[in-house]
Amino acid sequence: MKLLQEQLDILEILEENHQVSTKSIAEQLQLDEEEVKKHIKQLEQDGIIVSYPALIDWSKIEGKEAIVAMVDVKVTPKRGVGFDEVAERIYRYPEVKSLYLISGTYDLSVSVEGKSMKDIALFISEKLSTIESVNSTTTHIMMKKYKNDGVIMEGDKDDDRRMVITP
Amino acid sequence: MTRDYHKYISTRAIELQPSGIRKFFDLAAGMEGVISLGVGEPDFITPWNIRDRSIEALSDGFTSYTANAGLLELREEICAYLNRRFDVTYQPENEVIVTVGASQALDLTFRTLLNSGDEVLIIEPAFVAYASLVAMAGGIPVSISTYAENGFKVTPELIEASITERTKAILICSPNNPTGTCLNKEELTAIAEVVEKHDLIVVSDEIYAELTYDQAFTSFSSLPRMFERTILINGFSKGFAMTGWRLGFIAAPKELTSIMLKIYQHTTMCAPHMLQLGAIEALRNSSEQVEKMQKSYWRRRNLLVQSLNRIGLDCHMPGGAFYVFPSIKKTGLTSEEFAENLLKEEKVAVVPGSAFGPSGEGYVRCSYATSIEQLQEAVVRMERFLGRYVDR
Repeated sequence: MKLLQEQLDILEILEENHQVSTKSIAEQLQLDEEEVKKHIKQLEQDGIIVSYPALIDWSKIEGKEAIVAMVDVKVTPKRGVGFDEVAERIYRYPEVKSLYLISGTYDLSVSVEGKSMKDIALFISEKLSTIESVNSTTTHIMMKKYKNDGVIMEGDKDDDRRMVITP
Repeated sequence: MTRDYHKYISTRAIELQPSGIRKFFDLAAGMEGVISLGVGEPDFITPWNIRDRSIEALSDGFTSYTANAGLLELREEICAYLNRRFDVTYQPENEVIVTVGASQALDLTFRTLLNSGDEVLIIEPAFVAYASLVAMAGGIPVSISTYAENGFKVTPELIEASITERTKAILICSPNNPTGTCLNKEELTAIAEVVEKHDLIVVSDEIYAELTYDQAFTSFSSLPRMFERTILINGFSKGFAMTGWRLGFIAAPKELTSIMLKIYQHTTMCAPHMLQLGAIEALRNSSEQVEKMQKSYWRRRNLLVQSLNRIGLDCHMPGGAFYVFPSIKKTGLTSEEFAENLLKEEKVAVVPGSAFGPSGEGYVRCSYATSIEQLQEAVVRMERFLGRYVDR
């Protein structure tokens, strides 16, 4: 799909912060506010803007810490549907936070989230591994999240160090 | 008994005007919760690849002097960059000097050009240091006032009216600090005619060239027959967000750079080696990030200009840099009073226009190199402030 320059500009602003008001977007891009609203609606309808989640660092909240495992999965693709069918069987589990088809030594990269190691172990041994076309899994436990979707999680050292007034 | 140092100090140093910004800086520096629209530098940190290159250079021990004019490899990149971006051709071997910031490039330029009493035309409102740099080199700064009605653009008529037989050079800064005004190709061409007619040299401060929004930037040196009359000054500070690196450069005919180099080797030797290596990386691999920053400034300019006009601070749409220069005349305050009261009452820092010369009186400089959220909050505070000073 080809987009107008102003639609691209709107997406750039929203990707950074989707809470920016349509009025502010209009002023930033020298557009009419109604026009901005119309564009956003269109982009939503076209499935280009998929959703507006907030990035939350749950690991900071007591009792809300989660264990995340990155699981490399080798599967046998099926004639006619390729990887899509097995991918869907996996991503429909709410424990699965993301799933990518990738090139290389394995096929699917699955991130799985659970409250404890036991949750993760159970999911992998009882749900994931038992799917017919899954041949093997290799599980890596995530130790620390440094950067997520382009956002540095903490300790971003790029503070404003400028003096209050400079020539 | 305290020693009287006055008798040891040169008259020239004593007579030098302190920067009009300094006093204001002292006032704002101690305050908490200030939103500053007074910062004349990018709010971006230098792109990581550039920082990383200089970190590596430092670990690898690049701590020696370089050639006076800078690393040849950097000069080659500068020439390629000037050619690619601004359509001007310079020879890396003898027409470029890497300096410690564009400020030093200006200092070197005036020391090279001026005899005692030579006049340099400066278009006002102007960057705080221009007049002093000319005076320190023994020259006489001659101001040409420009006006808001004309978008602070200088015209050939205004220039001609200020030319005397002592006039040697004209200093042009487009996009301009503090007005953000950009001169387009036609306007520069008209100036070039006057320059030719009166046999002048042009010092073209193009430090904001990368931050030009509505039309393509024209380098004065790219105009017909102007290469031989132009001293082009640019640097990494604004476009590449590298203010604290203090890296600038001069591009000029070799008959001029050879003399400049003579002064440079006695005053400075060269720009820091490890930083020059970062600058090479900047020119090779950061065009995408530079574009991203340009776009971000463009959006913020649009927002601030609309907001200021809406609350009654009239301003023109500046074509470049990151400054807006609204009129504050309807408040009845001087620009210094306005800036001081605004800071004390609403904790918003702007720079009084008078700091940029008498023709800046009645205006303030607002920099939009700060976050959208801060800009919006600053506008709310300024609107409240105006409510107390303007009957509407």
